[in-house]
Amino acid sequence: MILLVLIIILLIGGLAAWTVDRKDSAAARWISLAALALDALVLAAFWFDSSVRSEINRGAWLVELSRPWIPQLGISFHLAMDGLSLVLVALTLFLGIISVVCSWTEIRERVGFFHLNLLWILAGILGVFLSLDLFLFYFFWELMLVPMYFLINVWGHENRVYASLKFFIFTQAGGLLMLLSILALYFFHGKETGTYTFDYTLLLGTKLPPLAAFWIMLGFLIAFIVKLPVVPFHPWLPDAHTEAPTAGSVILAGLLLKTGAYGLLRFVLPLFPDAVASISQTMLILSVIGIIYGAVLAFGQSDLKRLVAYTSISHMGFVLLGIFAGSRTALSGAVMQIVAHGVSTGALFIIVGMIQERIHTRDMGQMGGFWSAVPRLSGIALVFALASLGLPGFGNFVAEFMVLLGSYGMHPAITIFAASGLVLSAIYSLWIVQQVFHGEKKEGLRLTDLTMRETVMMAAMIIVIFWIGMFPRPLLSTAGPALLSPGHGQVQEQPVGTAGGENEQH
Amino acid sequence: MNSTDLIALLPYLTLAATSVVVMLVIAFYRNHKLTVFLTLAGFVLSAASMRYASCVLPREVTSLFIIDCYAFFYLGLVLLAGFVVAAISFSYLEKHPGHSEEFYLLLLFATLGCAVLAAATHFASFFLGIELLSVSLYALAAYLRHSNKSIEAGVKYLILAAVSSAFILFGMALVYAEAGSMSFTEIASRAAGPEVHHLPFLAGIVMIIVGLGFKLAVVPFHLWTPDVYEGAPAPITALIATMSKGAVFALVLRYFTRIDIHQHASLLAVITIIAVLSMFAGNFLALLQTNVKRVLAYSSISHVGYLLVTVLASGALAQIAAAFYLTAYFITTLGAFGVITMLSDGTRDADRMDDYRGLVWKRPWVAGVFTAMLFSLAGIPLTAGFVGKFYVVAAGVGSALWMVIVVLAINSVIGLFYYLRIIVVLFTRTRDESPALQRTSRIGSLVLAVLTILLVWLGTYPGPLLDIIKETVLF
Repeated sequence: MILLVLIIILLIGGLAAWTVDRKDSAAARWISLAALALDALVLAAFWFDSSVRSEINRGAWLVELSRPWIPQLGISFHLAMDGLSLVLVALTLFLGIISVVCSWTEIRERVGFFHLNLLWILAGILGVFLSLDLFLFYFFWELMLVPMYFLINVWGHENRVYASLKFFIFTQAGGLLMLLSILALYFFHGKETGTYTFDYTLLLGTKLPPLAAFWIMLGFLIAFIVKLPVVPFHPWLPDAHTEAPTAGSVILAGLLLKTGAYGLLRFVLPLFPDAVASISQTMLILSVIGIIYGAVLAFGQSDLKRLVAYTSISHMGFVLLGIFAGSRTALSGAVMQIVAHGVSTGALFIIVGMIQERIHTRDMGQMGGFWSAVPRLSGIALVFALASLGLPGFGNFVAEFMVLLGSYGMHPAITIFAASGLVLSAIYSLWIVQQVFHGEKKEGLRLTDLTMRETVMMAAMIIVIFWIGMFPRPLLSTAGPALLSPGHGQVQEQPVGTAGGENEQH
Repeated sequence: MNSTDLIALLPYLTLAATSVVVMLVIAFYRNHKLTVFLTLAGFVLSAASMRYASCVLPREVTSLFIIDCYAFFYLGLVLLAGFVVAAISFSYLEKHPGHSEEFYLLLLFATLGCAVLAAATHFASFFLGIELLSVSLYALAAYLRHSNKSIEAGVKYLILAAVSSAFILFGMALVYAEAGSMSFTEIASRAAGPEVHHLPFLAGIVMIIVGLGFKLAVVPFHLWTPDVYEGAPAPITALIATMSKGAVFALVLRYFTRIDIHQHASLLAVITIIAVLSMFAGNFLALLQTNVKRVLAYSSISHVGYLLVTVLASGALAQIAAAFYLTAYFITTLGAFGVITMLSDGTRDADRMDDYRGLVWKRPWVAGVFTAMLFSLAGIPLTAGFVGKFYVVAAGVGSALWMVIVVLAINSVIGLFYYLRIIVVLFTRTRDESPALQRTSRIGSLVLAVLTILLVWLGTYPGPLLDIIKETVLF
């Protein structure tokens, strides 16, 4: 029941925020915050339950809810959570709270409707992370797009209509391919066993002819790598991220991209192990292209927000590399990167948002010399720029290191190219710092330093990114067993280092 | 004909009786409110009598009708459409000069025609239904006599529908000459034999398909659609888009199931081509439109294309998909045109994009309903359109119609463009956001609210409807 409660609290919270808006828009913000905080409390209480902790170590489903929904088609309302989902749900709630707080002064129009959309996106994302019925998964997958579309379309920047349309069409097209694959899988399984069902746990062992398996896998794969995004499928990302309001960018970068990675981990690897093996080489090459392409293009941007958007493409390349490298360490690294990138890029988007709120531009040509004017903002920006370039001590370092370490054993050439991403990320990260915070102060820029609210919010993010960088064990031990248990892919054990122990010393 | 037959026909008799009562009332005492009330009551009574009549199902009444669950299901849809159209027309007609009462009379006739089509198993009843429907629609499309566009729509519909009726009639004659019978069952048994290759038989079937293609507005027989949709009064556009298409589709599906269309490869090929063309042409042409009614006209062409996928697919799943998709399409289209009707005034229908600019901030409820309907047309979750599309795709995948299904998927994406374009306009930030004051009838708002609730209900919990639909599957 707890899983349903998590989703329902957000749905109701959104409606409540929308209703009270007519009288008092501040109340809408508080209600949203309360709903998310309540969710976080429920989740924390669950996480620290001792019986749950032992279940996590076994890599089993921690809690499950299954009710018939459309029995005529074998569709059930099946939610379940394992360690991987648990980590991602926690990330969702954390970034959800952050995005409510970061919109506190930025969003002044139609506040209630904004929070309705915000909370419903989060509810949709929770649904995606928790669904174990393929129909339900597709349902949530599509559902989270609509409020996101409105978020960009109504509260976005100059080019918002174009960006929101592009975002919607790209993801919807990918989603439809996935729908075809889901149905094909459904019929193959039904013809083989006689039970027509969309239930993930039952579909897991489906025997597919190799050709069919390949095509069905491809439908899933394309939906997920459009979301991730992987390079030829990325054009929606820079536009959507740049035009979205800050909270929208945080959710896009921090959570929506992650649903693609989650889909690969949860569905593509376990459902089609053989087909995945045949395509993994291609995916590895695409991941390296993404890492380098994103970094190079990031360096070429003059729009600060667009720059951060391109760094996402680069960082998500590491996630893809980790997922398809085929080793346990790399896989754990990918999960680590999901969390670290969510926090660090989210923070960078918030910093851009704060700068834009103050000087009403994102053009780096008009920035400069912020260090003396706004030391607190600049210091925090430096922290996240360093996190983004993968400085040891931050979560990003652990993640990228583990991915590279895990993939080196089997794919040395690809890993070497991927490692160049670390160098390139240093270039663009320091470029931001140099352009925006150092140098001559531009005339006529009036800046105010961070308020209490902003400082607390950023401090929370710094704590998280440091915590997972210095002490990654709890995160890895929560998500790790789930990645290795049955139904989570045939990942070979590798002699290269153990997941947590080696990196803990950094 | 005995009393059991009469019980089976009760919903039809109720409808016919209502028409007569309404006609007499208009003759003696002209009153718009009373007429609407009688019409709505007639629809409700007819629907209620289905429950009473359902205990004698299925029953062949003379050789003209088969009253079975299938007929009753589509009859129910037709009655729903008639009810909604009558309800939304009230305030619409109040805004227009001239007598409004005959409108409802014609509406009742059109409904009766559609109801007949849903149960027809004989050329005579088939043609009777088609003509009852078409003749009423000629008058209804041109009902606003002060509007040139409405008259244009009426004349266009008259000419093309009359031609298509002629095609059907000639086709029937040819088939009858070969088969020696006008009953569907007989024709179906002949279609399995060697006669099927005789030229007159084939020509007859093709001509009937052409005529039905006009009624369904599928490509290449769709040319009348955008003009008639644009010119006809908004409630009538809703009627043409839902009731007339739905009833004709019910007939087509019944006939094709009876002759087992999968035995006839050439027929399947023709329908595949029509379906694919309808999807592409409907969606691409919709992209080029700036008039909301025309957008919906072209979108309805593509929706019939999607619907035809269920004809190509085989088995019970395909029939369930057709029935569900059609239900979702009815609710959605009625809702969308209901909104247009509600926003229209005495001078013209609200069919320009400008009429919708920033509507969300001015009239949030109406705009919310419209958004929901557009999302349903686009097949986004939480709406009936989503489950409908899911079912159609499932039926297609289940019969391994890969080419058609991929075309359908591509077209869903194209469709998103123009649905989202309207939604963008609805959500545009405008300077003037004072709530617009416009009188809307209580019954119209209520009907729209109920349609929206139905839309979401079927989109989230379609189980009960699916149980009903399961009863209607023909074998």
